[in-house]
Amino acid sequence: MNIQLNGKEQQLPKEVVTVTDLLHFFELSNRIVIVEVNRDILQKEQYQTHLLKDSDRVELIHFVGGG
Amino acid sequence: MLKIADRTFQSRLLLGTGKYPSFEVQKKAVEVSESEILTFAVRRMDIFEESQPNFLEQLDLNRYTLLPNTAGAKTAEEAVRIAKLAKASGLCDMIKVEVIGCDKSLLPDPVETLKASEQLLEEGFIVLPYTSDDVVLAKRLEQLGVHAIMPGASPIGSGKGIINPLNLQFIIEQSTVPVIVDAGIGSPKDAAYAMELGADGVLLNTAVSNANDPVKMAIAMKLAIEAGRLGYEAGRIAEKNYGVASSPLAGMITS
Repeated sequence: MNIQLNGKEQQLPKEVVTVTDLLHFFELSNRIVIVEVNRDILQKEQYQTHLLKDSDRVELIHFVGGG
Repeated sequence: MLKIADRTFQSRLLLGTGKYPSFEVQKKAVEVSESEILTFAVRRMDIFEESQPNFLEQLDLNRYTLLPNTAGAKTAEEAVRIAKLAKASGLCDMIKVEVIGCDKSLLPDPVETLKASEQLLEEGFIVLPYTSDDVVLAKRLEQLGVHAIMPGASPIGSGKGIINPLNLQFIIEQSTVPVIVDAGIGSPKDAAYAMELGADGVLLNTAVSNANDPVKMAIAMKLAIEAGRLGYEAGRIAEKNYGVASSPLAGMITS
């Protein structure tokens, strides 16, 4: 499937079905990351059950240095 | 002791985490500053690049309170979205509301700041708005129930120091919540001055991170803030136009 990931078109392999899969695919499972899908913020408990679908707009957010 | 909402802090220095020359220098500067509250920005992950070490992920989060900002937001709606994303990390419920209304001066938009603060208070955040040094705006924000007011000393990153001490003093005198002077601090004297005016704390970033020696400057800022606070608590003398002798006039040795 194709999603919009952090503003860029991204093709995902078949095995990426849930948000947990997506984080695993990008090797982010152990990182501090916040997930937003189609402007809805997901809670961590939802990662395993939330199914991604074609054309989803996904944002993977984190904290960076700032004042 | 600095008290924000139901939290208490020993340090009155809040430190930003942007623009340090290196990760190691940043770690050391944060450590020696003895700051307990650190600010962060909320951004997209750079998932397409080789992963860089992330400062926050290296921190002992039991030691620090995170104060994410809404930097980059130009409207209340954008600020609320960023704040909610930050809170969804499960790491923080404090937010520095920063809504910029002018790209050149980076001065905050008072109307959008007020709107965002109101919405975030309704959502249960601990709200610390970054504002201009407007006394009436500070009052309006306090009436909404914000947990601290953070007026700028001068534009963000300008290092110009306190350009309107009178306004800051007015804000401090009338405030029922902590006042943290945020933005524009250039040198330790600015930080000390803010504290002598009666500020409850100082938030700074560039003054430390862009100093020639950020670690040494972090110590200097810590000491300046402590000195300024002690000076404020001790109560300074009144200014006079003419000299007043410190030594007794009686008992002069004459010929």
